[in-house]
Amino acid sequence: MTGPASHQIERSTLATRLGLLAGAAVLLALALAPAYLGRADLRLLGEIFLYLSLASLWNLLAGYAGLVSVGQQAFVGIGGYLLFALTIFGGVHPLIALLIIFVAGGLVSMPIAALIFRLRGAYFAIGTWVVAEVCRLGFAQLGALGGGSGISLPVKVVKSIASSRAGREAASYWLALGVAVLVIAIAWLFLRSRRGLALTAIRDNELAAASLGIDIWRTKFVVYSMVGALTTLVGALIFLQKLRISPDAAFSVNDWTAFVIFIVVIGGIGTLEGPIIGTIVFFLLRETLADLGTIYLIVLGIVATIVMLFAPKGLWGAIKHFTGFQLFPLGYRVRLAKGGKQDSASMKRDAEG
Amino acid sequence: MSEILRLDRIDKAFGAVQVADQLSYSLDSNEALGIIGPNGAGKTSMFNLVTGTLAADGGRLFFLGEDITRLSAAQRCRAGMARSFQIPQPFSGLTVFENAMVAATQGAGLAGRHAEEHCLQMLEETGLLGKANNLAGALGLLDRKRLELTRALCANPKLLLLDEIAGGLTDAECQDLVATIRQIRSRGVAIIWIEHVVHALLAVVDRLIVIDFGRKIAEGDPKKVMASKEVREIYLGIEADG
Repeated sequence: MTGPASHQIERSTLATRLGLLAGAAVLLALALAPAYLGRADLRLLGEIFLYLSLASLWNLLAGYAGLVSVGQQAFVGIGGYLLFALTIFGGVHPLIALLIIFVAGGLVSMPIAALIFRLRGAYFAIGTWVVAEVCRLGFAQLGALGGGSGISLPVKVVKSIASSRAGREAASYWLALGVAVLVIAIAWLFLRSRRGLALTAIRDNELAAASLGIDIWRTKFVVYSMVGALTTLVGALIFLQKLRISPDAAFSVNDWTAFVIFIVVIGGIGTLEGPIIGTIVFFLLRETLADLGTIYLIVLGIVATIVMLFAPKGLWGAIKHFTGFQLFPLGYRVRLAKGGKQDSASMKRDAEG
Repeated sequence: MSEILRLDRIDKAFGAVQVADQLSYSLDSNEALGIIGPNGAGKTSMFNLVTGTLAADGGRLFFLGEDITRLSAAQRCRAGMARSFQIPQPFSGLTVFENAMVAATQGAGLAGRHAEEHCLQMLEETGLLGKANNLAGALGLLDRKRLELTRALCANPKLLLLDEIAGGLTDAECQDLVATIRQIRSRGVAIIWIEHVVHALLAVVDRLIVIDFGRKIAEGDPKKVMASKEVREIYLGIEADG
């Protein structure tokens, strides 16, 4: 019998490596976009990247950790308001503020996690929403930050990013692209790691996961805080792009959670590729149908219903099912050495079964 | 020989049903203990109490000399005990190899190449290597049971708890399983094995405990225990299946 040492473990395939190469080429083209795209296109792409980030983060929570939150707008809003507070009252440079906000987002999410992890399933979802509403009402009380009617980012702060308008727009675009790449890279590396494997195990079977040494609470806590920190950062970037913030815009359940859930569900929940496909579909629909007003929302609902009925694992789930292709493979493939073929007992049982 | 596990008057009740009633016994490292008893006697509940899936109402538990009564299931696994479930609990969306990797990286605390080698070895030992890339959710019942054993082994336990893994096997497969478990024992792993297939159990264990209504009703040399009057009374109906 061949020793196990001669078997090979693979974590990616040739198709994956080619796919990632193509992805890198697309990324390069996107990074150079400010040189050849107009202002409106850049703005749209920036928004797409930020939605892609939000969707990937929500997918980590709901698709992998089983934490179905409908309150992620809490972190988006906190990120936005922190940006305004730090730059206006703290006199901090916006780019430095982003770093502080990232850390602050992580710190804020920890006590929230400790509180809402006491709830399960639907109660957890409602709990997250309550937290977000408390934040919305709380920030509306802060007169210094414009109270209920909101506040604009002063010209002085805006100009500190770059003196020219084109420069500011390019910076805002690159930040959005950068955070999307950061989020997807972190999600991928995390899910490929030991802790990521543990998270996937928890998703499939909590009883067995606990019996095999996985601390379920701590694993979910790490994911929630990580997602909280990154969502807060994305929130700051969203309002850096908008230049104006109000409680209703900052803590909007429609904009920062409902649309995000739509993206993840039609793209494919529980896959890293799903949110990318979902974001593309969402923006294609929005850009072609937005003029139709209410009908646009009705179409969104119909699309979501059809996908859920006929491709419950989303568009990427269907693609993966038929092609077996994974752009971001997470698993392990064992390539047996010669001699280590299927054992006869299990083959016989296959034939019987 | 040193003591690896001790149950000290463990109690557990679900309402009026007492699944563990002042249950006490101890196990030496390198000992193999068999547990028998009628259906509903509290055998699996006893496993749940030992591994921390259930919290005891009263009594204390010692593992490797430490009081583990208040430790979580995960902590107990990392301390060196692993179990197989009677009703298989696979990570359905992961492959067989990835299921094994969960145990190796979490329970055994291994990383990278060490974890992978360990899993390959255990898969080879339990005969699942040929199905390493199959999705666990797509396995048949017998392979799911093998996966339970493999995964428990990948956690590198000092104490292995097996819950009815021989049921449904053919004679030849059962002999293979007995050989595998003997090999595991020869590495110095202590074993507690709940099994209705008594002849497989007797081929491995040094000592037998009979449980009924959560109480220990007989304990000792397997052959003597099996020959005793109480056991014959309880067991007549079940022995026919074995």
